Amino acid sequence: MNRMTTIATRGLVLERIRIARADRVLIELSLAVAPGEVATVMGPSGVGKSTLLAYVGGFLAPAFTGKGRVKLDGVDVTDVAPALRRIGVLFQDDLLFPHLSVAGNLLFALDPQVRGRKARRAAVDEALAGIGLDGFGERDPATLSGGQRAHVALARVLLSKPRALLLDEPFSRLDAGLRDQIRQLVFGAAREHALPVLLVTHDAADAAAAGGPVVAL
Amino acid sequence: MLRLAPPLTILVLIGPVVAGLVGVALPAFGYLPVLGGESFGLAPFADLAATAGLGRSILLSLAAGLITTLAALLVVTFFIAGWLGTPVFAVLRRIVSPLLSVPHAAAAFGIAFLIAPSGWLVRLVSPELTGWRYPPDFLVVNDPMGLAMMAGLVAKEIPFLLLMALAALPQTDAARSAHVAASLGYGKTAGFLFAVFPRLYRQIRLPVFAVIAYASSVVDVALVLGPTNPPPLAVQLVRWMNDPDLAMRFRASAGALLQIAVTLSAIAVWILGERLVARLGAAAVASGRRGTADGAVRFAAAAAMSLAVAAIVLGLAGLAVWSLAGPWRFPDVLPASFTLEGWHRAAGTLADPVAATFVVGIVATLVALVLTLACLENEARTGRDGGDRSLLVLYLPLLVPQVAFLYGLQVLFFRFGLDGTLGAVVVAHLVFVLPYVFLALSDPWRAFDRRYVAVAATLGASPARAFWRVRAPMLLAAILVAAAVGFAVSVGQYLPTLLVGGGRVPTVTTEAVALAAGRDRRVIGVYAIVQMVLPFVGFWIALALPAVLYRDRSAMRAAA
Repeated sequence: MNRMTTIATRGLVLERIRIARADRVLIELSLAVAPGEVATVMGPSGVGKSTLLAYVGGFLAPAFTGKGRVKLDGVDVTDVAPALRRIGVLFQDDLLFPHLSVAGNLLFALDPQVRGRKARRAAVDEALAGIGLDGFGERDPATLSGGQRAHVALARVLLSKPRALLLDEPFSRLDAGLRDQIRQLVFGAAREHALPVLLVTHDAADAAAAGGPVVAL
Repeated sequence: MLRLAPPLTILVLIGPVVAGLVGVALPAFGYLPVLGGESFGLAPFADLAATAGLGRSILLSLAAGLITTLAALLVVTFFIAGWLGTPVFAVLRRIVSPLLSVPHAAAAFGIAFLIAPSGWLVRLVSPELTGWRYPPDFLVVNDPMGLAMMAGLVAKEIPFLLLMALAALPQTDAARSAHVAASLGYGKTAGFLFAVFPRLYRQIRLPVFAVIAYASSVVDVALVLGPTNPPPLAVQLVRWMNDPDLAMRFRASAGALLQIAVTLSAIAVWILGERLVARLGAAAVASGRRGTADGAVRFAAAAAMSLAVAAIVLGLAGLAVWSLAGPWRFPDVLPASFTLEGWHRAAGTLADPVAATFVVGIVATLVALVLTLACLENEARTGRDGGDRSLLVLYLPLLVPQVAFLYGLQVLFFRFGLDGTLGAVVVAHLVFVLPYVFLALSDPWRAFDRRYVAVAATLGASPARAFWRVRAPMLLAAILVAAAVGFAVSVGQYLPTLLVGGGRVPTVTTEAVALAAGRDRRVIGVYAIVQMVLPFVGFWIALALPAVLYRDRSAMRAAA
């Protein structure tokens, strides 16, 4: 056995990922994303970009089969349950839980280590203040504007203290003006928290704004 | 735990049916040690064959199974074909939906009160048009040909088939197909029949078979509206099963197997009919005739649909009036005065059956709901849904004649001293409640956006937490409606309660049907109204509760 020095690679590493449906291979790729970096996977709709994120996040639909390893900060998380991976996702739709208030959505994501009603409430209020939505806690998410909802979705995923972030065309439903603003906000948050980010999109402008490596499918 | 749900569900659905069939097959061939039958033989069948009027009973059952299903399916098909997407359709659909939850017995009583010689229809035109000052001496209800019974069955099967068809319609791409057909010059009815119906029929084939099985072995509606001498086969069987002469049990068992053969024959004839219609249909499509002059057909379809709806609605209204009627002489359209006397008289005897109805209905519904949710959640996590076979398992209890296996089940429960217990009745109800709860919940459950569960998981929620905090609350409305459907099915059960309960677990439905023989219309009215109101209460709760809980969540109200 030869001795090997393993340098724990920081960030998100995808090794020989291969996703298939029945016998048809949809995706094959390897990729390393450094902390704070945004890697973009580009491709037209229908090629299975979303299944890549589902595999990395651990929620691949049972109809698909995936192979390859997912490593986070040097640790192999391929067989870890999605709830324990701490890999956050933002989808095309904000997917705020419609049966919970804005604060309810944020409390759902907040680390259970933050104990006590007051402390949890304070953490949520602080998160709301951070996105300029003070006092919006008791609001019905359905009454918020598209931009506000996008902010809440981002705040929700950040409250869960993720170690990596997956973005599934999260800007494509936003108005052109809003799109750029939310894009800067999300990328800025990723840099600030030193999160490796994997973005799938069909929009070249997303890739350009991301500024990281680009893989075309 | 969750992985056990599908096999357990299959056991609950199939177990009683198989056990019941075994329990009826053994005595049919002479084996029932408790009653001294210790050797196998064909004596029970010989005894059965010697029954006077048996041939006519068989014919009545076959006719009821085939004619009512055909009539109901024709009305539903042509109504959808001619009116889908019109305001008329929307209005009738809204009236029909709640009618589905009206128990068969209540609807049958209503129709009996409507068409009887002393009923509303005759009163409306008497004495002005008819000259009658006394009820005419016609045998309209319980007529020997079974026409009243078949009319009642058709009126009750139409809402069922219509709602089944409407549930299947989104999978048939009906609207676009209709546009294509119209652009090619086809009339509305012909366009639907040629372009959409074949796909639609494939989706509702099992419900249609269930209707055939039900109508060819119906007991409660037959007791209220059907011929008495000889009655349809299933009614004859129940008489033998309850005969004080225990030797009749052998004949009843042989008869139960005959009932299965009759129902299977009806379905076989139907399948031959399907082939014939398919061939005729293909020829009609190939002819290229456009069928643009379908005004009369469309009018007839709407009229038939309205008639069925009116029969049930007016019948129920008649029951309500009777339950409150004071003195009510014959040609008068309304009673001379209204009184609560009927309700007072019924109140004392109503309490126990109402309580039993609630207990059995709620327990059976809860068990069905737990099994259904466990199966669906297991399916969501593993991606295995059992495919077409699971649908067949769900429909099996609805395709085997109730009277055939419930009697065997009673014999088995009796063997273990469990007959006549609440638990036994719940088990028997569950066989019928579970398929409907599952069918009602599986579509909305499967349509749920999986990404919400993925979001919950990536935010750190375990599968259990994602279920309880996200999926279940977001699907609360669908869960409650499925529960209301299950409760309504339980309330309406007559035969499972009667046979497995052995008369010791009287519910509102068994008590109401038992009153049919007597002629106290006020008390019948009270029981039928109570029978009808109970399911409505369930649906009211199912609609009101989410509206209250989610009053500040507009997206939840829009989804419901």
